[in-house]
Amino acid sequence: MNGLSLLQILNGLTFAALLFIVASGFTLIFGLLRIVNLAHGALYLAGGYVGYSAATTTGSFLIGTMAAMGAVALIGLVIERGLLRFVGDNEMRQVLLTLGVTFLLNDMLLVLYGGDTFTVPVPELLRGALNWSGFFYPKYRLFVLGLGIAVFILLWLLLNRTRLGALIRAGVDDAETIAALGVNIRRIFLFTFLLGAALAGLGGVIGGAFLTLYPSADAEILVFSLAVVIIGGRGSLLGAAVGAIAVGMLNTIGQVMFPELAYFVIFGPMALLLAFRPLGLFGRSV
Amino acid sequence: MLEVSEVNSFYGEAHVLNDLSLSVGKGEIVALLGRNGMGKTTLIRSIMGVKPPSRVIGSIKWNGEELIGLPSFEVARKGIGYVPQGRRLFPSLTVTEHLTVLKPAHEKTGWTFEKAFDFFPRLAERRQNRGDQLSGGERQMLAIARTLMTDPNIILMDEPSEGLAPVMVRHLEKIMAELRGEGLGILLVEQNLYSALDVSDRLYVLETGRVVHSDVTANVAANLDSLTQYLGVH
Repeated sequence: MNGLSLLQILNGLTFAALLFIVASGFTLIFGLLRIVNLAHGALYLAGGYVGYSAATTTGSFLIGTMAAMGAVALIGLVIERGLLRFVGDNEMRQVLLTLGVTFLLNDMLLVLYGGDTFTVPVPELLRGALNWSGFFYPKYRLFVLGLGIAVFILLWLLLNRTRLGALIRAGVDDAETIAALGVNIRRIFLFTFLLGAALAGLGGVIGGAFLTLYPSADAEILVFSLAVVIIGGRGSLLGAAVGAIAVGMLNTIGQVMFPELAYFVIFGPMALLLAFRPLGLFGRSV
Repeated sequence: MLEVSEVNSFYGEAHVLNDLSLSVGKGEIVALLGRNGMGKTTLIRSIMGVKPPSRVIGSIKWNGEELIGLPSFEVARKGIGYVPQGRRLFPSLTVTEHLTVLKPAHEKTGWTFEKAFDFFPRLAERRQNRGDQLSGGERQMLAIARTLMTDPNIILMDEPSEGLAPVMVRHLEKIMAELRGEGLGILLVEQNLYSALDVSDRLYVLETGRVVHSDVTANVAANLDSLTQYLGVH
């Protein structure tokens, strides 16, 4: 127990990258659209299983990833158009509805895939370890780190440098006014919801390759995502990134140094932070 | 151009507009006067299809086409511009983004980004500022410029002079006159009687959701007593 080794820091950062991918989708839906989507974890798990099936059937990790994102976006479409639009802005109803969707999805996945643990096969290129003069680190985990950074940059550009991003921000600021200026804001919000869902699906495939997939993986990732978004501040992309790094590193520190207190090491500081900054690190009041 | 006939609007059970009829023609500024709570904003929202009011009955025709029942984005896309009460700018958007985020209602567009900045030079200086970093007058300019980017044929303006210094109110009147010169119609909700008299061609006075007086502004200006009895100003 002599502080963290480079290996452990990298483990923390790569876990943080996965958390960011999942939580960035969550912050689009929960942070920007203000929809309390507790089914986000179930979407992650569904994405993982679909990605596993598609990747093992076709032998292509890329096809697995695209299938997972597409399938989960489709589930998102059913949830948004078929269910959520009937409960409006009522948060309690959103919670109960999406919790119900979670049970439903999880049971369907249990019927289809059983209780066994699955690992999404990683492409040949990303197998094995990189060797820096004697220091070995799995290539796949470094790929996850790079992907997390890429997702951050792409989402930042989308939200801040495109017309669509400006429409999303305007809609979040004042949906009534942007609609009265000729924008079909419902459609913009639907797209945002589907994008958030697809990111959960992407997370499922990426995480399913190194954390493995099993029936309660959805609840664990949902709790971590909630912690990331709450620490970072709802709706802030930068907040989600900082929150993901905080949770990823705290998780590693907890596992390495205080294994019996691993969860406390994450949620203790979170509770403390919320006592002083109820809106999270980068949260804005609305 | 815009023909409102016998419109009744409701907020739940509350009956706010009562058989209200009025019209706005091309290149005409029509002022809508009345004290607070008389239904002016409700009428604007009823035309735009913004909810609440929860129920609107009667007829609101735009070049012969019925608007009641359309979602507000479709009303706007027909060429009806909207400057809401209190400006309602987007705090997270810059001045430039306010002007580029909207699409023109028609393919041919008279209004471009550059023209808007020519028209409102103050905004050009502030183009990188966010909506919540502008002064009251600049905010109003931006709210008008924003809706001009949708290339409207008419603009519904809800109390644009509210909270502005007299010099800005005069500037606003000039802008409205210039827009009229471009052929736009304006339906102007105004609390400030003298500003409304300066700028409008015709006016309507609302009281408890109905039109109690309508006239050509030039006729009224000569005999203000007929108006002040409704408005409670002296």
